[in-house]
Amino acid sequence: MKKLLIALLFAPLASWASEEGYRLDRAPIDPTDVVSLQAGARTFVNYCMGCHGAEYMRYNRLTDLGLTEQQIRDNLMFTGEKVGETMKVAMTAKQGKAWFGAAPPDLSVIARARGADWLYTYLRTFYRDPKTASGWNNLVFPNVGMPHVLWTLQGEKALKEVKTEEGGHEKVEYELTELSKGSQNTVQYDTTVRDLVNFLVYMGEPAATSRVRIGIVALFVLLILFVLSYALKKEYWKDVK
Amino acid sequence: MASRLMALWQWVDARMPSLAQEYRKHLTEYYAPKNFNFWYYFGSLAMLVLVIQIVSGIFLTMNYKPDAALAFGSVEFIMRDVPGGWIIRYVHSTGASMFFLVVYLHMFRALLYGSYRQPRELLWIFGVLIYLCLMGEAFFGYLLPWGQMSFWGAQVIVNLFDSIPFIGPDVALWLRGDYVVSDATLNRFFAFHVIAIPLALLGLVVVHLLALHDVGSNNPDGIEIKKKKDASGKPLDGIPFHPYYTVKDIVGVVVFLAVFCLVMFFVPNMGGYFLEANNFIPADALKTPAHIAPLWYFTPYYSMLRSVPPLFLSQFPGVLVMGMAVLILFFLPWLDRSPVKSIRYRGGLYKTALGIFVIVFLILGYLGTVPTNIWGQFGPWLGEADRGTVVARICTTLYFLFFILMPWYTRIDKTKPVPERVTM
Repeated sequence: MKKLLIALLFAPLASWASEEGYRLDRAPIDPTDVVSLQAGARTFVNYCMGCHGAEYMRYNRLTDLGLTEQQIRDNLMFTGEKVGETMKVAMTAKQGKAWFGAAPPDLSVIARARGADWLYTYLRTFYRDPKTASGWNNLVFPNVGMPHVLWTLQGEKALKEVKTEEGGHEKVEYELTELSKGSQNTVQYDTTVRDLVNFLVYMGEPAATSRVRIGIVALFVLLILFVLSYALKKEYWKDVK
Repeated sequence: MASRLMALWQWVDARMPSLAQEYRKHLTEYYAPKNFNFWYYFGSLAMLVLVIQIVSGIFLTMNYKPDAALAFGSVEFIMRDVPGGWIIRYVHSTGASMFFLVVYLHMFRALLYGSYRQPRELLWIFGVLIYLCLMGEAFFGYLLPWGQMSFWGAQVIVNLFDSIPFIGPDVALWLRGDYVVSDATLNRFFAFHVIAIPLALLGLVVVHLLALHDVGSNNPDGIEIKKKKDASGKPLDGIPFHPYYTVKDIVGVVVFLAVFCLVMFFVPNMGGYFLEANNFIPADALKTPAHIAPLWYFTPYYSMLRSVPPLFLSQFPGVLVMGMAVLILFFLPWLDRSPVKSIRYRGGLYKTALGIFVIVFLILGYLGTVPTNIWGQFGPWLGEADRGTVVARICTTLYFLFFILMPWYTRIDKTKPVPERVTM
């Protein structure tokens, strides 16, 4: 019976079907790394917020990352908004659709929809493709409307098909080769993207760190309650035979 | 102080003696069998989750906006800007799944110990009605966050009604209030979720409890404790519900809350099973997700629906099968012909049948969460059918055979002698 219960609880978790597509790299994010989160916030406001908003995220919530409101105003806000406002962009969905073929999605909860690994891989697998409107394509999200915004950092890549023979079947694999250098080397660029994804994950659920902290307290209280309630039950039940 | 409280109580008691009578009838003088085991925690836990859902729901309603343009944002507003809002939201989303978990275990207990048998048929029927209400409540509530899965899930389920011959399209239109799932649908689902169904649910829980306290609780031995009474008319194997089972259930509540907290504070998404990733994308009527799946508690039925082949281009047979799979539960008390109630004294036939039933239900549940091609296809000898679909068909058949063959296998099953008194 107990085994059955355990199976009931965990069977579905064991086999979550991954969607077919490019194999994702694991994002080495750390929600407690404040320096990384601040770097990610900087990349976000400088590069992403040209087109993407985060309309549910307030600027002053970034005090979570160890910044003061003055620091947020001085370093992360470039237009006339107030610090209590949400991170909106001027571009409308209609304009986005006209310019890129699809409106750039709001990024408030993008990390919860896509997952950190997807974002981490996606932002590192853009390549030059003359066939698309923007001149860019992506391995994780083929024919994406978004151009490679971080290309000055990463440089340009090209897609190369590698054909291998495996058991009589021809197998095609893809790899990216360098066309031009960016201002960052591979390690630096991966760190930039890591920090950005770390920030996006934080933004998806700003309460996540306090959630875990409160959870530990709650479990501790329940443990004490368990000892007390169990003793009470024993005391009452000792005369039941 | 104590004497003042006593005086107040006497004042109330003189004017409303039924209060004390009911208290005695349902708590201090309700005699429950003394041999309840692990499986008997889930009834009180189900009531606890009902209260949790109602209370957290009230607080959510204070900040939620049932408007297609604002709903998604208002949920994020709750998650970010409402003080403690994220806790309330996670309590409610975790509570939804925990409600089903607890109710499924509560129903399984009935299957183990024959709790639906005479004289508890009506009690069982009220229980199945509660389960139906719960399904409605979960379905209506799932539209409210207005994410992609909310929208397309509702679209799929409402379209099921569309397939009913003749009246289907009108029924679907009447449910939606529009030709597609829209603001009108969201508003009416909100009304159903926050008041209509909860009222029915509360009423049914009251009659479920009244019916229980009239006939008395079954127990793991499946014998009637009321048959053996002492001189004062109390069942020999019964103990007052309060304080004995109240203190015992408190232990169950604490353990349950620990599990609840483990989920809601550490893995509120539960790997996509309690909160789906796609539901963090706002509803978009123009973008159909590649894979639409309901939350885990509906997936066994969803599997059945998908596995039944269409007839004359109509999905109605699948809808019929899915509906029957739930409705057949009503007939359980009359399908079981065994001379004993509890699995402890039943023979190998029922034990095997119940084992197969549980496995089949779990397989169907799993298959409902994944695309049908998850296990690849069979060869040309089976028309290259999806393996998942074929397995789901076999499991659906076995699910129904558990009920349809029950009158036969429970009658011929070898049973063991039932003891006179309960065993601890």
